[in-house]
Amino acid sequence: MSGVIEVRNLKKSYGSLDAVAGIDLDIHQGEIFSLLGPNGAGKTTTVEILEGFRSRDGGQVSVLGVDPAVKGAAARHWRNRIGIVLQSTQDSGDLTVGETLSHFAKYYSNPRNPEEVAVAVGLEEKSKALVRTLSGGQRRRLDVALGIIGNPELLFLDEPTTGFDPEARRAFWGLIDALRQDGTTILLTTHYLDEAEALADRVAVINQGKIIETSTPAELGGRATALATVSWKSSNGVQSERTANPTEFVKRLSDTFQGEIPELIVKRPSLEDIYLEMIGGADE
Amino acid sequence: MSNKVPSALTLGIARGGLEIRQFMRQRESVVFTMAFPIILLAIFGSVFKDTLEGGVTFAQYFVAGMIASGLVNTGFQQLAILIPMEREFGSLKRLRGTPAPASSYFIGKSILVFVSMAVQVALLLVAGVIFFGVNLPTDPMKWVTFTWLIVIGSAASTALGIAFAAVPKSGRGASAVVSPVVIILQFFSGVFFVFTQLPGWMQQVAALFPLKWLTQGMRSVFLPDTYAVQEVAGSWESGRTLLVLTLWLIAGVFLAMRTFKWDRA
Repeated sequence: MSGVIEVRNLKKSYGSLDAVAGIDLDIHQGEIFSLLGPNGAGKTTTVEILEGFRSRDGGQVSVLGVDPAVKGAAARHWRNRIGIVLQSTQDSGDLTVGETLSHFAKYYSNPRNPEEVAVAVGLEEKSKALVRTLSGGQRRRLDVALGIIGNPELLFLDEPTTGFDPEARRAFWGLIDALRQDGTTILLTTHYLDEAEALADRVAVINQGKIIETSTPAELGGRATALATVSWKSSNGVQSERTANPTEFVKRLSDTFQGEIPELIVKRPSLEDIYLEMIGGADE
Repeated sequence: MSNKVPSALTLGIARGGLEIRQFMRQRESVVFTMAFPIILLAIFGSVFKDTLEGGVTFAQYFVAGMIASGLVNTGFQQLAILIPMEREFGSLKRLRGTPAPASSYFIGKSILVFVSMAVQVALLLVAGVIFFGVNLPTDPMKWVTFTWLIVIGSAASTALGIAFAAVPKSGRGASAVVSPVVIILQFFSGVFFVFTQLPGWMQQVAALFPLKWLTQGMRSVFLPDTYAVQEVAGSWESGRTLLVLTLWLIAGVFLAMRTFKWDRA
């Protein structure tokens, strides 16, 4: 069975609000799967049910072949195989990075080497630094380090790069790519569409407790076949044309201009354009 | 690959070491926890200069109450304030996502409370002997009583602190909820006064709670046996003290396991 996460008709209500209204999900071995959706769409509730942090009202859920509602010794064995990076964790920070990593490594049966994990997240220089002296981005990398210290088969990543500067985000994406190489399955929730596009093999858009579409980032919402917009500058100012055959159109344009087309832009809808169109109306 | 997770006890001991290390790095709270009973002993020892019956100084009488209330402060009060903060900061939720069970967390807290209690009592007794003329018991049986009082007392105090930590709604509000409970209990239990001089109804209320029994037990250790007749029952009631504390310990463990919350939600 290749289904690392299998969800059928998942339901969860809070009072009269159906936060999750019948969701199906299949996440395969070794893929990075991103769950997209506006705040209040049911994203967090779904992920917390999969993480075993929240109970469900209905439906079947299997995570690594185990129901996340599992208790006792079986729950400990299940948690031994997963890693969770929560949205934000603050603590007094009176331990060093090295102490924190070595301690969390003790929780697992086959942990990674804490020093290697520190290197992987770029905190090797900070090994002897107290956690409270770390910057926000460094703390976040420590959170990720603690998520992967147990050598998990499945990693939950919740908004991992919130508050990162662009350079730190690029470095972080590199780290996630390295985890992909190791065969770790990752469920990523993020608000950044470019992040989902850069990392995810597949994305699902969730809105009002339901999954609207599951696809690759390139094909979501018919994006691959969507009309392209060609714009250029003529004597009458900037012109634009939506077309299904942009190559053909540009060729004709080029003939008209007898060579170089002034200020030529060929643009296809970004993942963000498609996403906003899909969830449009949700915020009204 | 083995999938054998470490035992709850192994992890609990590892957590105990970590908790102590974290505690030691919060210098203000270390100094306060360790020095507070000594400061109180100094204040009461200076205010009440009279000696009690049989040449017993007030400091000698007061040491019993200081150790007993130290058990309540270090275990119950500290944990009932600290745990809601750990919950609010999300460090408990992070722990919940690991294979470490709640029992390992509890064991770690018990170790923290026991070790800081042992150090605190040792310092208090040393300071008491050197500066306030406190006499230590010479009868080995009294040290046996002392030991089980500390062990069961700190275990019960830890368990009840974890259980009570479910009450405060937020980390910031915890101290406002917990401190009055402790202070009222201290007054009722005769920590600051001679217990038998308190109104009868106060004595009866206090007898329901463990602090009164801890204080009485510690009096049996630090006061001459001629003082036993002054107790409410006319004796030290060691057997009953052991029974009441054990019942509170069991109730505390039961409540802690039932009410413990990893998360604010």
